[in-house]
Amino acid sequence: MSQPAPQPPAPEASLVLDEQAIDRALRRIAHEIVERNPDLARICIVGIPSRGVEVARRIASNIETFEHVRPDVGVIDVSMHRDDLRLRPHLPTVVASHLPPDIAGLTLILADDVLFSGRTCRAAMDAIASFGRPRRIELAVLIDRGHRELPIRADYVGKNLPTSPAQRVYVRFRSVDDSPDSVWIDKE
Amino acid sequence: MSAKPKAASPPLAAPAWTRKDLVAIRDLSPEELTLVLDTAAAFKEVSAREIKKVPSLRGKTLVNFFVEPSTRTRTSFELAAFRLSADVVNISATTSSLSKGETLKDTARNLEALHADIIVLRHSSAGAPLFLSQRLDSSVINAGDGAHEHPTQALLDVFTIRERLGRVAGLHVAIVGDILFSRVARSDIFALLKLGAKVTLVGPSTLAPREFEKLGVRVTHDIDSILPEVDVVNLLRIQHERQRREYFPSLGEYTSFFGLTRERAERLKPDALIMHPGPINRGVEIDSEIADSARSVILDQVTNGLAVRMAVLYLCAGAARPKPS
Repeated sequence: MSQPAPQPPAPEASLVLDEQAIDRALRRIAHEIVERNPDLARICIVGIPSRGVEVARRIASNIETFEHVRPDVGVIDVSMHRDDLRLRPHLPTVVASHLPPDIAGLTLILADDVLFSGRTCRAAMDAIASFGRPRRIELAVLIDRGHRELPIRADYVGKNLPTSPAQRVYVRFRSVDDSPDSVWIDKE
Repeated sequence: MSAKPKAASPPLAAPAWTRKDLVAIRDLSPEELTLVLDTAAAFKEVSAREIKKVPSLRGKTLVNFFVEPSTRTRTSFELAAFRLSADVVNISATTSSLSKGETLKDTARNLEALHADIIVLRHSSAGAPLFLSQRLDSSVINAGDGAHEHPTQALLDVFTIRERLGRVAGLHVAIVGDILFSRVARSDIFALLKLGAKVTLVGPSTLAPREFEKLGVRVTHDIDSILPEVDVVNLLRIQHERQRREYFPSLGEYTSFFGLTRERAERLKPDALIMHPGPINRGVEIDSEIADSARSVILDQVTNGLAVRMAVLYLCAGAARPKPS
């Protein structure tokens, strides 16, 4: 069952989480979500494209394994809601959002791969507000690398990763990137 | 810190849009066409939200500059701009100083001096949008220029076909009617061919001349022979108010030779789509009951026009542009 070691996305990058570590982190997050939200019919795990959608899907699959109920999974596009469009030379790709038709009584759990400035999360909350008023919004991330620029924190964290602001963090998923599941950090 | 470090991994598919203007479908690559259609599919969902508005173009000003009359295209652009949170000013030929003898360029430069970020231009002269796009820093969107092009109409047509039939490549599309004077026909031909469809033009020889075959399409004057084999029939409006010369003897004769009557519609494939850019002349290009039938996607076209125009405005005016030196 030995697999070849994954190739680093940049020459100096070092491995932070491998496939097993990512799986353990997302299983723990799934347990914590169930602990805090016993009524699984009233939650929806909402991925932020692109890799947040994969994080949401895996958390939902884990919950289904433990509880034999698959929670709703959604997608929220943030590119239309970003506050830095006019500063960017290239536009982010927009994708269609999918949320349950009535979110009024639901707890939406935003899922993303990396939490950094918090601006993506803010944009996601703005986007959700245009669909209605959920009962609560929570945030689940695989990596929290710090350096927030907004008063935002995650409710569920796979791994806290101390970084310098200029360092890059790479998340790779087999299903998205055609590369083994792994998290890398560039040399400082 | 000048270049802000990227939080996570880079985007999977980098968008390929670098244009500030949309002047002609003929300029676009198949990849650019597909990007507009994919972006429009994402924006279509916004109109289903409780709050039908996103802040993508907040703080930008769009000028609807319509030197030729139009209600639906102007309204569609206006609504698209509202949904993207842009501010909109409407100027028509009669309310602009063009009627006082000001040149197009001077009028447009005045608009730009008021910091208009996007100018949507409808003009009776082919090439007017290109002319402005080369001289202004603002984004210029062609909303129809003479008999040249009407790019957003073609985009919404191929969007509707792709949405309903799942693809465009390999389909056979008939465009029926006044091809000669139609900017819609030209833009449609370019968009359909670039996306791999087969196109047949149908009309009297005065309105569907053989010269069009140089573009890579088929021309026929017999609608009945091709109806059973097409996947889409796109009926163009007979612009009877613009006919200065007689291109066909009478509207009644046009209908009997080229109108999509109930009898003709029965010869279409069961899942063939019936399209029309509007406004329809009921009983001329199309029988009233056919226009209202389940196979008619005429109202889908209107709905999709909004999504396509949101996508075009977002792509042309959303990103930062390097300041011209």
